[in-house]
Amino acid sequence: MLAYLIRRLFQAAITIVVMAVLVFVGIYAIGNPIDVLISPEADPAEIEAAIRRLGLDQPLWRQFLLFVSNALRGDLGTSFVHNEPALRLIIERMPATLELAVAAMLLSIFLGIPLGMIAGLRHDRATGRGIMAASILGFSLPNFWQGMMLIMLFAVWAGWLPSGGRGDTVPLFGVPVSFLTLDGLQHLILPAINLALFKTALVVRLARAGTREVMLQDYVKFARAKGVSERRVVLVHMLKNILIPVVTVLGLEFGSVIAFAVVTETVFAWPGMGKLLIDSILNLDRPVVVAYLMLIVFVFILINLVVDIVYSLLDPRVRLSGRAE
Amino acid sequence: MTAAVLEIRGLRTWFFTRAGIVRAVDGVDLEIAPGEVLGLVGESGSGKSITGFSVLGLIDPPGRITEGSIRFRGEELVGAPEARLRQLRGAHVAMIFQDPMMTLNPVLRIDTQMIEAVLAHRDMRRAEARALCADALRRVGIPAPEERLKAYPHQLSGGMRQRVAIAIALLHDPALIIADEPTTALDVTIQAQILYEVQKLCAETGTSLLWITHDLAVVAGIADRIAVMYAGQIVEQGPAAEVIGRPLHPYTLALLESVPSHNRRGQPLRQIPGMAPSPLALPAGCRFRPRCSRAGERCHEPPPVSMPEAGREVRCFHPCNRPPPEKTEAAPEPDRRISRPSSRPSPGAG
Ligand SMILES: Nc1ncnc2c1ncn2[C@@H]1O[C@H](COP(=O)(O)OP(=O)(O)O)[C@@H](O)[C@H]1O
Ligand code: SF4
Ligand SMILES: [Mg+2]
Repeated sequence: MLAYLIRRLFQAAITIVVMAVLVFVGIYAIGNPIDVLISPEADPAEIEAAIRRLGLDQPLWRQFLLFVSNALRGDLGTSFVHNEPALRLIIERMPATLELAVAAMLLSIFLGIPLGMIAGLRHDRATGRGIMAASILGFSLPNFWQGMMLIMLFAVWAGWLPSGGRGDTVPLFGVPVSFLTLDGLQHLILPAINLALFKTALVVRLARAGTREVMLQDYVKFARAKGVSERRVVLVHMLKNILIPVVTVLGLEFGSVIAFAVVTETVFAWPGMGKLLIDSILNLDRPVVVAYLMLIVFVFILINLVVDIVYSLLDPRVRLSGRAE
Repeated sequence: MTAAVLEIRGLRTWFFTRAGIVRAVDGVDLEIAPGEVLGLVGESGSGKSITGFSVLGLIDPPGRITEGSIRFRGEELVGAPEARLRQLRGAHVAMIFQDPMMTLNPVLRIDTQMIEAVLAHRDMRRAEARALCADALRRVGIPAPEERLKAYPHQLSGGMRQRVAIAIALLHDPALIIADEPTTALDVTIQAQILYEVQKLCAETGTSLLWITHDLAVVAGIADRIAVMYAGQIVEQGPAAEVIGRPLHPYTLALLESVPSHNRRGQPLRQIPGMAPSPLALPAGCRFRPRCSRAGERCHEPPPVSMPEAGREVRCFHPCNRPPPEKTEAAPEPDRRISRPSSRPSPGAG
């Protein structure tokens, strides 16, 4: 396990280095860094200062070293609009996005797995078919349209829930969160549902396919032959086997939940990274866009790493063979 | 003879598939006395496993028992409530499956899978159940059982896993164990060991055994009686020595001739001509007719079960203890003779 961990960490580190090289080549070697990183409204003196700060008058390899050491210090450029370090801007908005993404993931797990298992166990009955039909809707209705319908139904017509914003927040370990206040929770519900719908449909399908495969396995029949209760057969023997593929895929999808949050945050005016990205694109605030992309790549790598580790913990075959190596 | 442990009468288990009705088990009668070992033999696909699963009520849709009765110690199991069947499963009727690689859940430790089998039928503390499981493992010859309990299935060899499955089957001293080809997937030396041990343990506890196999040579040594199954029906049953020494049904004879044995060493090995019928399109009349060298005119009718001798039953118009019928129609192609292959073939198994 330890050897496996070290190997995976090493791979992740290499991926990050490769990514850094690619971003550098994209901006500094192929593109024109003056266009990308320096505000078009800057006067010649400011441009001169920026060129010196970024080392653009230096040879390429020095520029790369400077880029890396800046990135390591967290300096990925300065926003034209806010005149603040781009990374700090993004990180300030990260908790809101993460809170939304985690809420959506939890929703899709706790709705999707039971529904998918029911659909698998009752695949030839009306219940199973109904769940599958609903999941097709979840897949095919556009995300922003679902979001607007949710606002129409629950905020405009019924008036039960607010239509946008984050509501009251309280700090948890120094990070502001919404879900601990009633007002925040009310603000969280609709965007979380909106973001969760697609993933829930995905989880339903995965869990159903897994259930249909696992329910035919000899070990399920053997468990029944031992006289184990049906409840235990489903909740232990079947669920544990289904969780492995579902958790793996879902973990890998967490990155795409964060990416999808761009749409949801825009529809619900949720003050997260996604909304910042859209605003920055509209304002041609390129350093923020570049920093956002780099951060997202970093997050994806991190997620892959965590998923691999969780997967190996869930599946004894992987866990133990890793130890043997 | 004391009352039978298991009495199956006219059992039909059919699968209602899109392609049509699969009559996997189609009118089976079987009886097992206390402490008796009954060998259920037949080619693969003849319905042996489905017979076993029917006893436990473990037929998955689209299959179901459509007719017949299964009495366990006098109690009717067909149509019995699921709760009652669950009480019996594992505690009074246990089953061992064919492929030990598939019978244990790969993501649960051995102890989890054994302790749940204990707690499903007995109210006791986990620690007590665990001690019981270690004892059971020791009984089937597993060294260092405490360590094995903490292992995952993939850490054990196939033979070891099958021993674990046997230990689970023996946990509650059941009255009947259904062993569904438990040695087929193992290599020959381990086959012999497991065969010997199961037989010994069942003899010790007086457990009846329904030993399912496609290999006549395997049951010959351990069974008290043998039932031969073909296309969902029992075609012959009787005391093991007699069925093997003087088979009555042409199919049994053909099975025997396809088993290599010492006293026919050097002679060519016969293969049963033709193929097992598709369960979706069974021949009318005798189901073995297209492959039978003794078939006659009457064989276009389904043959009834007769008892030509005490204790023996056969489903055939022209059993082998009588001269074959006058040939009034073209008999199927006579036996193709093939030379004895070097590896050990299974009798007509698919
Ligand atoms: N789930 C199922 N659906 C349709 N047919 C089945 C199913 N399970 C078994 N059968 C059919 O029942 C017949 C008997 O199967 P089985 O009892 O497993 O044979 P055996 O154990 O003698 O090799 C086979 O022809 C098989 O195709
Ligand atoms: S009934 Fe006829 S066809 Fe069937 S096994 Fe006997 S002789 Fe052969
Ligand atoms: Mg079978």
